[in-house]
Amino acid sequence: MIPAPFDHITPVTLDEAIRALTSHGEEAKLLAGGHSLLPLMKLRLASPKLLIDLSKIPGLAGIRQEGDKMTVGALTTHYQIESSELLKEKCPLLPQTARVIGDVQVRNRGTIGGSLAHADPAADLAAAMLALGAELRVRGAQGERWLKAEEFFLDLMTTALSPSEILTEIRVPVLSGRCGTAYLKLPQKASGFALVGVAVWLRADGGLCADIGVGVTGLGAKPFRAVRVERHLRRKRLEPALIETASAEVTLRIEPLGDIHASAEFRAHLARLYTYRAIVEAARTAGISLTKAKGK
Amino acid sequence: MPVSKLVGARIKRREDPRLIRGLGHYVDDINLPNTLHVAILRSPHAHARIKAIRVEEALKCDGVVAVITGSDIQEQIGPVPVASQNPTLRVPKHPVLTVDKVRFVGEGVAAVVAEDRYTARDALDLIQADYEPLPVVSDPEKALEPGSPVIHPEWPDNVAFRWALKQGNLAKAFKEAYKVVKQRLVHQRLAPIALEPRGVLARYLPGEKELTLWSSTQIPHILKTQLSLMLRLPENRLRVIAPEVGGGFGSKLNVYAEEALLGYLAIRLGRPVKWIEGRRENIQATIHGRGQIGEVEVAVRKDGTILGLQYKVVADIGVYHQLLTPGIPPLTGLMLSGCYRIPAIGIEVVGVFTNRMATDAYRGAGRPEATYVMERMMDRLAQELGIDPVKIRQKNFPKPKEFPFKTATGLVYDSGNYQAALRKALKLVGYEKWRSEQKRLREERRYLGIGLSTYVEICGMGPSAAMPAGGWESGTVRMEPTGKVTVLTGASPHGQGQETSFAQIVADELGVDLDDITVIHGDTAVVPSGIGTFGSRATAVGGTAVFQSAEKVKEKAREIAAHLLEADPEDLVFSDGKFSVKGVPKKGITIQQIALEAHVAKNLPKKMEPGLSATSVFEPSNFTFPFGTHICVVEVDPKSGGIEIKKYVAVDDCGKVINPLLVDGQVQGGIAQGLGQALYEEVVYDENGQILSGSLMDYAVPKAGDLPRFELARTETPTPVNPLGVKGVGEAGTIGSTPAVVNAVVDALTPFGATHIDMPLKAEKIWRLCQGKKAARAGGGR
Repeated sequence: MIPAPFDHITPVTLDEAIRALTSHGEEAKLLAGGHSLLPLMKLRLASPKLLIDLSKIPGLAGIRQEGDKMTVGALTTHYQIESSELLKEKCPLLPQTARVIGDVQVRNRGTIGGSLAHADPAADLAAAMLALGAELRVRGAQGERWLKAEEFFLDLMTTALSPSEILTEIRVPVLSGRCGTAYLKLPQKASGFALVGVAVWLRADGGLCADIGVGVTGLGAKPFRAVRVERHLRRKRLEPALIETASAEVTLRIEPLGDIHASAEFRAHLARLYTYRAIVEAARTAGISLTKAKGK
Repeated sequence: MPVSKLVGARIKRREDPRLIRGLGHYVDDINLPNTLHVAILRSPHAHARIKAIRVEEALKCDGVVAVITGSDIQEQIGPVPVASQNPTLRVPKHPVLTVDKVRFVGEGVAAVVAEDRYTARDALDLIQADYEPLPVVSDPEKALEPGSPVIHPEWPDNVAFRWALKQGNLAKAFKEAYKVVKQRLVHQRLAPIALEPRGVLARYLPGEKELTLWSSTQIPHILKTQLSLMLRLPENRLRVIAPEVGGGFGSKLNVYAEEALLGYLAIRLGRPVKWIEGRRENIQATIHGRGQIGEVEVAVRKDGTILGLQYKVVADIGVYHQLLTPGIPPLTGLMLSGCYRIPAIGIEVVGVFTNRMATDAYRGAGRPEATYVMERMMDRLAQELGIDPVKIRQKNFPKPKEFPFKTATGLVYDSGNYQAALRKALKLVGYEKWRSEQKRLREERRYLGIGLSTYVEICGMGPSAAMPAGGWESGTVRMEPTGKVTVLTGASPHGQGQETSFAQIVADELGVDLDDITVIHGDTAVVPSGIGTFGSRATAVGGTAVFQSAEKVKEKAREIAAHLLEADPEDLVFSDGKFSVKGVPKKGITIQQIALEAHVAKNLPKKMEPGLSATSVFEPSNFTFPFGTHICVVEVDPKSGGIEIKKYVAVDDCGKVINPLLVDGQVQGGIAQGLGQALYEEVVYDENGQILSGSLMDYAVPKAGDLPRFELARTETPTPVNPLGVKGVGEAGTIGSTPAVVNAVVDALTPFGATHIDMPLKAEKIWRLCQGKKAARAGGGR
């Protein structure tokens, strides 16, 4: 459990970090909380020659409101998100998701930016990002750009970040009106990652579902937004049977992963079940009264 | 014996302040100048011929001092030993580093010695080993099939040993049975996962010709003897030290290749050498536990009376035997009767070689398997006969007056009152209340299950006659001239708390303060002899040796006191550490004063040797048999497969209790590991012999947050086997808990027709069982 040799630098500005990243290319890795990268290095599944430690760059962590958006710095830890009173009020799905990540030690060190950029297919926060339609601010040698969460995750551990880009900030909407949220997951018992995790937010308009976002993690090679499920329910009166039909669509065109912890078939089942349960829970918190759910 | 003050008291562990503050010394905390570091190249293949190993590139690496392969040392170091014997046992030669072939993933192929740990690890990647893969046999049942790949060419059937036992008229029992219930049960392989992996530091002093080996071991004295044989070194030039040991659970009750290798390297290189195991190595190359596949048949009368039991087990041995490997499955056989009267028992064990790491003793070691078989079967029988699981157990218990109770397997249970522990647990859990709650919730399609386990286990190991290498234990009590007390014990602990509990025994006996007692263990140059801590034996055997030495010290002190007080020894009373003459309480002398008198030796009784110390070796006359009842209540979600433990009650009887706090700790940790087997843990090898659960990201040990609150209680039935009346408690929690959890989950799912689910009870298994099945309405069986 000893990593291969590597160098370690601690730039104090973002530009300095981007320059280092540009000049070292694929040989360099950014170090945030290190909770995904360091285990890979210890197992020698990753052997970067250089670690660019972002911890000394000011301004990369923190949570603030900007109008109808909440801004979360990339180096904000899971614990900071979990315990943020501001987020609990303005966008509760984030703290709801952050509080079930790993364990206390992981949440104390792990960061939202590190987790998203690492793009583990079973990471929890990705589901919330997709459900919320988050925007990700990215800085690179060519300047700055914004990516939508849906454009960000490309494949297994692969994102739309170019090798010299750094994820700096995440922006999610302030959830106003009668909103409900839920994140449900079945954790893999050893790692704590999601066998399947489903994040939902929805806005109620009377008994109608005015708008809804559904993000799914753990099921396939990358976390995804369950657009079909959303479409099925948007502007509809929520009924258990309708939610059940909609939830069944979560697995369409998805190739579920299978491993020693859960087969592809079981993961698909869990995705449907947890989508259903998460929507029901979000509807409940939005104050929509469903007729009694039939034993789901 | 004076009125107890400390024995029975909840004294906090005296070990903890140093451990909590990081001031303890584990092997890796011991730093000797000039130390070299060792890394071991391990086989990536489960079975392959080694065509070539090229070490030149690794040797060129800056800081690399030596690279050793199996052929370099095959003449110098003897094979890794096996102690358990058996007339049919086949013992393949178990080299310290393999030569020519690799036979399991993780087998040592070469070792790099370097100036630092990082260089040693980096240089491993520069060794070029060419392998020619051979057919792999990973599954123990397939290994027995004709035409299966062969692991050791001298034994083409892959059979490692056979062991059988038959007692009573089985044919009659099965003929007269109202019903015969059969079940296949899998006890999956588990990794012990001690918090501190293994580690070895070795130093050789060429002038003194003395090898000192620090190892994270449970058995320093046995290791010393075995190492002297492996390294062909005089045993009196060898010193083994087990410093702070961060858990073992049986995995460090062994003699490992790395221990001999490090000893050899220290001698050959003339510098201290250190090796600290990584977690992946720990899962690959430290022994595993369990690994049995059993077919059980029970013959029963209509009223639930058991007539006979037949058990056939395939035991997954791995490639080589480690120290006690072939001794574990027979222990399952001997304990199969559980806490029941079973007139006829037949057991057949076949040990099978597989391309996997060796199995050996893991917390419970053979008894969890036995308890699981019987406790699962009691529930199966109850289900088949429509009897309450409590009633069928009570029906088959021997009564308290039947003890000592002889089982059909030939063991004699020392003492017991199984009814009392069961009654207490039922009351504590509120059994009837949960049964009616279960009925009520089923109407709502919620599935509650109540699982019982009434266990008995065997511990306090020896006696020597029944052990492979001595079942006694040594204990020394020495009063220093200044009145302090030094206690030496051969029962070298690895987290059990002997520094606290043994001091409590001595403090009461000698009337001294706990703070004036130091308990020393784990150093073969300081502790004259010993066996070690395993098999829940430390207090029952080692504690008794210490107690007997304290008694001897007290008796000698009494003679000295009588001499100094000019009184008859019979006329002296001993109280609060002071001898005084009966009726003249003012005329007295403290045991500390006596210790000084004994040391200066100017005024001692004629012919008495100076000094005030004693050593005893206690040889128990029998094992001890602790018992108890565990009850688990779960709610199962048939849709997600999730299991929630709603209540857990354990009533354990480990005889007399020295320190209730330590006993509670042992039971809590034991239950946690038993739950781990029931719910999460499994070493998964694929058909190619690759480990798919090779790190803690994939091997699920239970974490504190996963566990419910355990409600603990006790009954106390002393053993007649030792004067302290203690039985042992190190493994009881693990043995009792696993079947309670599985029984609860199966009970919850009986409306879905569940009769058995193999461990670990993963969500997917539950879901598959329930899928597509409509639950029977309440009232349709439990």
